[in-house]
Amino acid sequence: MLLEKKTYYYTSRFLIVFVVFIYLIPIYWIILTSLKSSSDISAQIPQFFFRITFENYQKLVESQYFSQLRNSIIIGFTSTILAVVIGTLSAYAFSRFKVSGEDDLLFFILSTRMLPPIVIVIPVYLMYTVLRLRDTHFGLILLYTTFNLSFAVWLMKGFIDEIPTEYEDAALVDGYTRFQAFRMIVLPQAATGIAATAVFCLITAWNEFAFALVLTEVGGNTITAPPSIVSATGKTGYDWGKVAAGTFIFLVPIAIFTFLVRKHLLRGVTFGAIKK
Amino acid sequence: MEPEVTDINTPSNPAAPFAPIRSGLSDYQIKIAFIMPTMILLILMNIFPLLWSLALSFYKYRTNLPNIPPKFVGFKNYIRLLSDPDVWEYFRTTAYFVVSAVITQSLVGFSIALLLNREFRYKGFITTLILLPMMLSPVVVGLFWRFLFKSDNSGLINYFLQPLLSLFQSQPIPWTTSPKFAMISVVIVDTWMWTPFMMLISLAGLSAIPKYLYEAADVDRASNWFKFRWITLPLVSPLLMIAILFRTMDAFKMFDIVYVLTREGGPGTATETVSMNLYKLAFRNFDTGKSCAMAYILLILIVALSNIYVKYLNQLKNST
Repeated sequence: MLLEKKTYYYTSRFLIVFVVFIYLIPIYWIILTSLKSSSDISAQIPQFFFRITFENYQKLVESQYFSQLRNSIIIGFTSTILAVVIGTLSAYAFSRFKVSGEDDLLFFILSTRMLPPIVIVIPVYLMYTVLRLRDTHFGLILLYTTFNLSFAVWLMKGFIDEIPTEYEDAALVDGYTRFQAFRMIVLPQAATGIAATAVFCLITAWNEFAFALVLTEVGGNTITAPPSIVSATGKTGYDWGKVAAGTFIFLVPIAIFTFLVRKHLLRGVTFGAIKK
Repeated sequence: MEPEVTDINTPSNPAAPFAPIRSGLSDYQIKIAFIMPTMILLILMNIFPLLWSLALSFYKYRTNLPNIPPKFVGFKNYIRLLSDPDVWEYFRTTAYFVVSAVITQSLVGFSIALLLNREFRYKGFITTLILLPMMLSPVVVGLFWRFLFKSDNSGLINYFLQPLLSLFQSQPIPWTTSPKFAMISVVIVDTWMWTPFMMLISLAGLSAIPKYLYEAADVDRASNWFKFRWITLPLVSPLLMIAILFRTMDAFKMFDIVYVLTREGGPGTATETVSMNLYKLAFRNFDTGKSCAMAYILLILIVALSNIYVKYLNQLKNST
């Protein structure tokens, strides 16, 4: 019995380590590749031990990559702030007031997020051509805000639903206006939820590819990081060292943010449908 | 004697406690003002463009030739699409991908959840590490997997498989460049990325099972298989069902990974999903009218799927 338990214990530990290994090896390999010289990268056999060089990062500094990252940051942060502000207001209204046809409205809001990006982007491309919004920061910010809005409403509604209404009611009795009660009682209590929602919106905007691919131009002023990493082909295909370095820099913020919101991941990836 | 009220009655309270004169907006005005911005944005950026493309789907129109006015053709775009065997092929490819990817992810994800559903050191940290891939950008994931999948021995995957391959005296596998393996590579990458999602939701389901059920089963000397079949599975399956529906909808839209991993759905059309084909139709051939019709066919399918999803979700909410 004891032996059986011990075998069980070690098998499960071994399997956990194995799963982690499978999950981390691609990311580990990207980091290694970004530190290799081009001859080490193109070697016939994958090199695990090599002389570390920063030439790939040097190449990135000389390229347009950092201005593209800046575009990603500008568009990501602005659209996140807008989506979270507008989304929180609507979520509060849906949570606290009787809205006629509430379920239908909420379903409508959710369904806009379910649409395939490619379906939306065809008419948006035409619209932006007419309005001259293609390849502008404003155009992408507007689109990303809308794209994240439905998500923000659903997630924030879940968070606000959990805040007891007693405090607000007491404040209203004391003569606060509804808006003051919202600003001074509800918002502070919803701070964690707002932060988590913002991180999810930011990651979505940061990762987005299809809209950016169609609505920005390679070599243009507003192209974000994902389409630029993909389009960075040289004469002989990809310069993998440079791609790896760019990818690594691109992934670091996501990894940090993921650890920040780890307690809310379940909620975030299911639109607040499953709470824990 | 009312701690809650005094608590919020901070000195910054603008109104005196004994003068409850309400000014400002009424509840109704607040409600309208808070909901309107969301509605306006969604209508402007989603509904209006969609109506526009619905109209265009009945026209022959090319965006790269804006001087030629759109010509009304009725249902011709739809008829041409639905009678085109290639289009059915794209749907078959998509369905093949969705089914194989979602089944693999569910099985592997659930197994990993079973494995992690116990106490061990650094559990939170390790779980988050495994969850990382689903937060990454699919297009960037696709790109670096293309590097791992390089078809000679310099690709990391083929390097690891070398001992196995030499056993069968086989050549290195041309993962992303042969029609036979291209779809398998796409499924592998999607599985690497989305298994954590399945795992996360299964883990939530597993940890919610009350311990006393297992204890009661132990008292009855139930076998491990019995406990799994009659306690674990039935209690996790509602959540797992949600995850599967969610992933099915998402996989149906597959675009990013095939765009980079197999070079826009290649080789040939081996991994050309509906979304990929739609992109080519709209932004390579600039056949705008036809692409709008194709978009609507896809849209109807997605709406049907999401309806099932929401119905199921509501059912689950009401039952708990």
